[in-house]
Amino acid sequence: MVESSIKRNIIGTRGEFMSFALLAIVLLVVFPLAFGIFRLNLTAKYLSLAFAALGLVLCWGYGGILSLGQALYWGLGGYCMAAFLKLEAAAVIARDASSGTARALTTVGLPDFMDWNQITTLPYLWYPFKSFTLTLILMLFVPGLVAWIVGMAIFKRRVSGVYFAIITQALAWCMEILFVTRQGLTGGINGITDFRTILGVRVDSTAMQYFFYFLTAILVLACILLCRILTGSKFGQLMIAIRDMEDRVRFSGYDVANFKTFVFVIAAMMSAVGGALFTLNVGFMSPKLVTVEPSIYMVIFCALGGRLSPVGAIYGTLLVCFARTYFQEKFPSLWMYIMGAVFIVVTMWCPRGLAGVMDTFLPKLWIQVKNHIKLPAFLIRAVDWIGGDAEGRC
Amino acid sequence: MVAASKGLSDYALSVEGLTVSFDGFKAVNNVSLYVKRNTVHVVIGPNGAGKTTLLDLICGKTKPTEGRIMFNGHDLTKLPEQKIVKAGVGRKFQTPSIYPELTVFGNLEVSYPKGRSVFGSIFFKRDSEVIDRIHETAKLVRLESLIDTPADLLSHGQKQWLEIGMLLIADPQLLLLDEPVAGMSVDERRKTAELLLKICSNRSVLVIEHDMKFVRAIAHRVTVLNRGEFLAEGSMDEIENDPRVIEVYLGK
Repeated sequence: MVESSIKRNIIGTRGEFMSFALLAIVLLVVFPLAFGIFRLNLTAKYLSLAFAALGLVLCWGYGGILSLGQALYWGLGGYCMAAFLKLEAAAVIARDASSGTARALTTVGLPDFMDWNQITTLPYLWYPFKSFTLTLILMLFVPGLVAWIVGMAIFKRRVSGVYFAIITQALAWCMEILFVTRQGLTGGINGITDFRTILGVRVDSTAMQYFFYFLTAILVLACILLCRILTGSKFGQLMIAIRDMEDRVRFSGYDVANFKTFVFVIAAMMSAVGGALFTLNVGFMSPKLVTVEPSIYMVIFCALGGRLSPVGAIYGTLLVCFARTYFQEKFPSLWMYIMGAVFIVVTMWCPRGLAGVMDTFLPKLWIQVKNHIKLPAFLIRAVDWIGGDAEGRC
Repeated sequence: MVAASKGLSDYALSVEGLTVSFDGFKAVNNVSLYVKRNTVHVVIGPNGAGKTTLLDLICGKTKPTEGRIMFNGHDLTKLPEQKIVKAGVGRKFQTPSIYPELTVFGNLEVSYPKGRSVFGSIFFKRDSEVIDRIHETAKLVRLESLIDTPADLLSHGQKQWLEIGMLLIADPQLLLLDEPVAGMSVDERRKTAELLLKICSNRSVLVIEHDMKFVRAIAHRVTVLNRGEFLAEGSMDEIENDPRVIEVYLGK
């Protein structure tokens, strides 16, 4: 009876394991072979948004905490990475200027937008971003800390549901205004762009774009496994319990606010990783990405994919993003209506999203296939084994 | 003063001069109540007597305006809910509060008194001790054959038992039950009465109930509340023959 709980949690049932393996093959083999570098880079951009959707699976799907401001944490991670890249770019320009290969148009050694805002020495806030290690730490912990403060302030006072959603949305809006107005520190409405190198390697080379794509894909898969560990443990059961019957959990001896804050912080940190990868993949970060609209999109990704399924959240993100690109090219003015209609259909008729549809549809399809088409016995046995959940714990 | 004369150590719970006022309305007014160790103590009274509010005050859901609630040397009025639970008080709500999406096993596991911190719950190990304890508790509340059933599919009475099981797995010294047999069949009521008498061998149980037949089956002692105030206390026989209780509650 006793089994390694960590192993059980990561692998899950055979069905869950297979859907994860399938996603890994799609991301690591199929996409790189099927797409050229332009499409692959586009996929990497979408995948960096999927991190926020993954965080929402944990905090909304399991914990019942709907955040309409995940782009705030996503963007903080992105800005941390952008600050590092911008300082390195400024250093590159300074070196070129001193060797005479190029002429510096702005104050040497400073990001260009600071000069445009009459700032001639590096602000203290920017000092930590000279170090790559420190940048990585801040990229995770600044959004984590903000989420912890927000969580503690709100959950300890037992504010929840729609009130929490409104507060998170308002905060995302505040963050956009803050980033737009502090031009000298943040680059204002233009955001931060024009990066050159990362740790001495050019960021815009094809090789680097491949590298960033694989880094993004591997980190997405790692985050799914992290979700699995959390949701497969007693913690995951507790999140469902808190979502469905918060008072019962409180009167079973748990400090519910700590649990909610924790899951909110994890969701924020996951988003932040995605934001940082977005900066690397796309080459800019702007306040328009840190606000309400992208936050709502993140919720749609999660809802469409199935808010209880980490793998579903990735498919949901990719599907919506590719659809958006396609429809915006073909029918630019119709896109918003199509998106709205899809969202309504999903919430009305398949509340568990794509993942839920697949879970119920695939076994039925398999039974039909088995009954009507003559297949070799080993194939039938293999698929039955994969789908077998009765004793499906690997 | 009363407590001193009776000797505190005989009592699992002593409530003294408890008052709670909601915007001037006193839902519970100067109520004192002593629950002996290893007994079933029932609180009865007409609607609006303050019975449920009394349980809310003991388990920390509501904070009193005045008065003390002493339990094993702790003043419960000064502790947050989760610390009251840790001190050994378990509360069952009037409508069955279970986790519909989890199985009977999952419901009991979530209520298991280890891994109550965030990291404790992530690294919680389902070892044979935990599994045995869950099966033992499920057996006690007659749900062993349904252990892998989602709780949502249980009958109303079974949900009530499950919630009692969820409290018992934490092994509380004091169990607060708000109308535990509401909605149960006659047979289920009889089985619940047997269960309560079995589990009070090493803990005290404070019950709110309207079904007088059930009360007679389980009560070692009965307290009657009326309009938020203490009305009478005694054995079931004394209470049933008390003219004041007959007038306000039992009827002729």
